[in-house]
Amino acid sequence: MKLLRTLIAGLGAASLVLSAHAAGGGKKPKAPEGGWAFAGPLGELEMDSVARGYQVYREVCAACHGMKLLSYRNLGEKGGPFYDPKYPNANDNPLVKAFAAEDEILDPNPDENGDPIYRPARPSDPFRYPYANEQLGRAANGGAYPPDLSVITKARGKGNDGDGASYVYSLLKGYPDPDKIKTREGEDGERVNYINFDKGETQGTLIQPIGQYYNPYMAGDSTAQWEGDPRHVPYGGFLAMAPQLTDGRVEYMDGTEATVQQMAYDVAQFLHWAGDPKQSQRKTLGLPTMIYLLLLAVLLWFSYKRIWRNVKH
Amino acid sequence: MSGHESTYKPQTGFTKWLDSRLPIVRLAHDSFVDFPTPKNLNYWYTFGGILAICLAIQILTGVVLAMHYTATVGEAFASVERIMRDVPYGWLIRNIHMVGASMFFLAVYVHMFRGLYYGSYKAPREVLWILGCIIFLLMMATAFLGYMLPWGQMSLHGANVIIGLFGAIPLVGESIQSWLMGGPSVGNQTLQRFFSLHYLLPFMIAGVVILHIWALHVPGNNNPTGVEVKDVEKDTVPFHPYYTVKDGFAIVIFLLIFAAFVFYFPNVLGHADNYIEANPLVTPAHIVPEWYLLPFYAILRAITFDIGPIEAKLLGVIFMFGAIAVLFILPWLDTSKVKSMRYRPVAKQFFFGFVVACLLLGWCGATNPDNPIVSFGSDKLIVTYTDSTGIEGSAVFDGYEEAAAFRGEQVTAGGTASLAIEKAGAFTFLHLGQILTAYYFAYFLLILPILGLREKPKNEPESIHQSILDTPHARSEPTPIPAE
Repeated sequence: MKLLRTLIAGLGAASLVLSAHAAGGGKKPKAPEGGWAFAGPLGELEMDSVARGYQVYREVCAACHGMKLLSYRNLGEKGGPFYDPKYPNANDNPLVKAFAAEDEILDPNPDENGDPIYRPARPSDPFRYPYANEQLGRAANGGAYPPDLSVITKARGKGNDGDGASYVYSLLKGYPDPDKIKTREGEDGERVNYINFDKGETQGTLIQPIGQYYNPYMAGDSTAQWEGDPRHVPYGGFLAMAPQLTDGRVEYMDGTEATVQQMAYDVAQFLHWAGDPKQSQRKTLGLPTMIYLLLLAVLLWFSYKRIWRNVKH
Repeated sequence: MSGHESTYKPQTGFTKWLDSRLPIVRLAHDSFVDFPTPKNLNYWYTFGGILAICLAIQILTGVVLAMHYTATVGEAFASVERIMRDVPYGWLIRNIHMVGASMFFLAVYVHMFRGLYYGSYKAPREVLWILGCIIFLLMMATAFLGYMLPWGQMSLHGANVIIGLFGAIPLVGESIQSWLMGGPSVGNQTLQRFFSLHYLLPFMIAGVVILHIWALHVPGNNNPTGVEVKDVEKDTVPFHPYYTVKDGFAIVIFLLIFAAFVFYFPNVLGHADNYIEANPLVTPAHIVPEWYLLPFYAILRAITFDIGPIEAKLLGVIFMFGAIAVLFILPWLDTSKVKSMRYRPVAKQFFFGFVVACLLLGWCGATNPDNPIVSFGSDKLIVTYTDSTGIEGSAVFDGYEEAAAFRGEQVTAGGTASLAIEKAGAFTFLHLGQILTAYYFAYFLLILPILGLREKPKNEPESIHQSILDTPHARSEPTPIPAE
């Protein structure tokens, strides 16, 4: 009976874990070596990395990707990368003001003649959105609409702390080495980009369509572009975003060397913060709550023992 | 128990005055203070109290969330995120409500399995059981409606799938479908009515809970022996303080687990796709419901065959609803006179099998039904070709080289050829789901009715009091020496 019970408990746990659904064909994202500092109940975000990540977002990603749910003030709020105890109201934070002022936005309210006003953003404004509408976004990106990045880290993975950040990190530095992408002449004389695979059972050639970029971490199905054994199609799929990070693409304000690895790490951590800016408060409040409940449980246990001491049951 | 006399004595002038006009304090006293409760209830019996807490938590957090939520397709997604970001402690309230739904179902499943194990659905508690089934049904409806509100990808496409089920009903199906959606498709009007109903149903649950407790307090609690209370003095203790403290302890342990999810893993029980704003033009690769509905989803998908004139789609819907409907008639399906499985050695084995089947059905519901569990042999390659003379044929190969070479030959010779995978035969999750579905229904419709008539149960104890004396724990205690 004991065995059966253990078995049931085990199956229960297993079915809970496994019910967190298989993803569609992308390679399992890897956390950076040593894992994320923020992972686990006691983990904390590395705020200097989040701050650098914001710089990467601003200078690289923001050209195409918006973050609708964030405002400049969020950067200077408690738990944010530029929080300064001197400015409990993030709208007064000079650094945040300076970041906002660098972006010109369309004021939600027109002037008294009804004409649109373009002005430097204020900390209370949402992040500048790169496109006035989706159609413009698509037109500028060969038909693909760059997704909003506000909650991208919550929208990937299985809901564990760090799944989404690992995805962003892996994807950004997961593009194949540019030297491996070869070009040949197609049947109709057009240039065709292709990548050769000869690892294990995955032997063959993957054709990379024009304007599309192969990435093993991108969810998708590359069967249609695969010349080789269809039983061993490479992981992943194609996306319209070309590899963006190259060494030295940004010049970090804090002097950190901007390697691809570093930038991917920082921007992933920034997006992880942005997806849940209250996560530090969440974890900070978690510990005392757990301790309180635990003490309460102990007290109730002894009360229970005392109240029932004379009752056989 | 309804039979027991009220021991409430109003003390103050006001309570005396109130007691002769509305004896509400007396009712509370008789129901939750002096209520005689069997001594031998174990921790499985604490889930009723836990569930009451769950309902209260969901209603309280839900009311606050509704103050900040916007039920329009344009703003719902952002408004939920805004609650998490800008409402003071909004992240906490939202996480509690979201995790709370899962915890509520976790507790209700334990509560139901406990009822199944100890025969709590049998006379004189049939109405109590049926009211519980109604609560369960209302809970599922509420959870489904609530899952729509964040307006993520799973919200929209999950709603499409579930509402689509009604489309399978002959003749009136399509009308019901558009009546539920409030239009030709799931849209703003659907979101608004779902929000309205999501706010309404919990109060209906609360109403049925009151009936459930009423129906509990007429016959009194069942207990692990399944033997009814015979001597109130010897068999029972007053609910307070004995069970308030025991339930209280269990509730706090439950809240510890609850809090661990809220503070450390708020999203692990949900689906990442629901953080992508709903888009009717993009369908997620795998549409799956929340974990607590997975077993029923597996039953729905297990029916892939027609029976007579009934098509598979409709049949799946019938089976899925049947899986819940069968619970309503359970009191009359189980023919055994013995309530507790403690004294039903054979039925007990089938019961644990049933628990395993339900968990595995959940697994099947989460997994692509075509995924193999065990493959027989390996996948092969099949080349389908039409040669230059127009004759069609196909050839099967093990290796890719040969298959590709053969395809090449055909094409060079002026025909056409294409290469595809021929899947090896396998025992898939669909097959497992079908076997488990069969067991699910067999448990209620065959095993319990037949076993009750044929099984030879062990001897039940004469009374609750006797069963306590008989436990090894009690026996090892020194027997009291009579005073000289």
